[in-house]
Amino acid sequence: MKARITVTLKNGVLDPQGQAIEGALGGLGFENIGSVRQGKTFDVELNETDEAKAKNILKDMCEKLLANTVIEDYRVRILS
Amino acid sequence: MKTAIIQFPGSNRDRDMIAAIALISGVKPNLIWHQEEELPKTDLIIIPGGFSYGDYLRAGAIAARSPILEQVRQYAERGTPILGVCNGFQILTEAGLLPGGLMRNASLKFVCKEIKLEVSNADTIFTSEYEQGEIIRCPVAHHDGNYFTSPESLKEIEGNGQVAFRYADGTNPNGSINDIAGVLNSSKNVLGLMPHPENLIEAAHGGTDGRALFESAIRAVA
Repeated sequence: MKARITVTLKNGVLDPQGQAIEGALGGLGFENIGSVRQGKTFDVELNETDEAKAKNILKDMCEKLLANTVIEDYRVRILS
Repeated sequence: MKTAIIQFPGSNRDRDMIAAIALISGVKPNLIWHQEEELPKTDLIIIPGGFSYGDYLRAGAIAARSPILEQVRQYAERGTPILGVCNGFQILTEAGLLPGGLMRNASLKFVCKEIKLEVSNADTIFTSEYEQGEIIRCPVAHHDGNYFTSPESLKEIEGNGQVAFRYADGTNPNGSINDIAGVLNSSKNVLGLMPHPENLIEAAHGGTDGRALFESAIRAVA
């Protein structure tokens, strides 16, 4: 099973890198930008066929290592 | 009195810490590799600065999951003084032994300079040799020192006297919330700070303002 985990800073946590990218995009002439937040993705291949079980394992990975839940949120998506 | 200094791949301030402890306590500390699962009997544990695991994932994230951290956790629960400086601070927050987290500096730049610190709580085992409100000099060198914690947690640590040091006189180098430079756990035996007091302990360093932190801790366990 393939999954994609996305980790981003929580809403309300200042993201200076996202802001710098937002400024650079504006400088390139991209208009109508609401905001840009930077994050990370992890593509994980798991030897598990049960989707519910896989999601639980992936969430556990996020809680224990992939995200720092003090400052970050995570999202788990099963790709295939 | 025995001090343990924990060493990770990528630690680079471990030698400075050994020199500081040997000079001030007169006893050479034990250097402990992060893969060890047992700590020799220890009165004081120090996690030094550096770039453990190249700051992969998040600064301190991988080191915080090393085998030795289980021992550090047990010592923390028993009340043993534990000090984390710079990357050591990042590791202690990642391990959940200190509240909050350290994010990329607001300027997005690595900062390497001298700042001023206010002793916000002089009634702790790490600060007793300072005066309350004393302003000291201290060097910083980091890229991820921007301290953040949730509004509820901030209220708690401020109300509890868990802020040990604050950047003073407008010298906050990284955007830390409430100018927080050093924070304690709720039982106040674990301290993490971004500045490097170990680099200002003898005349050759150009000052001795960092010395009292080590004198305080050593006195507390002697």
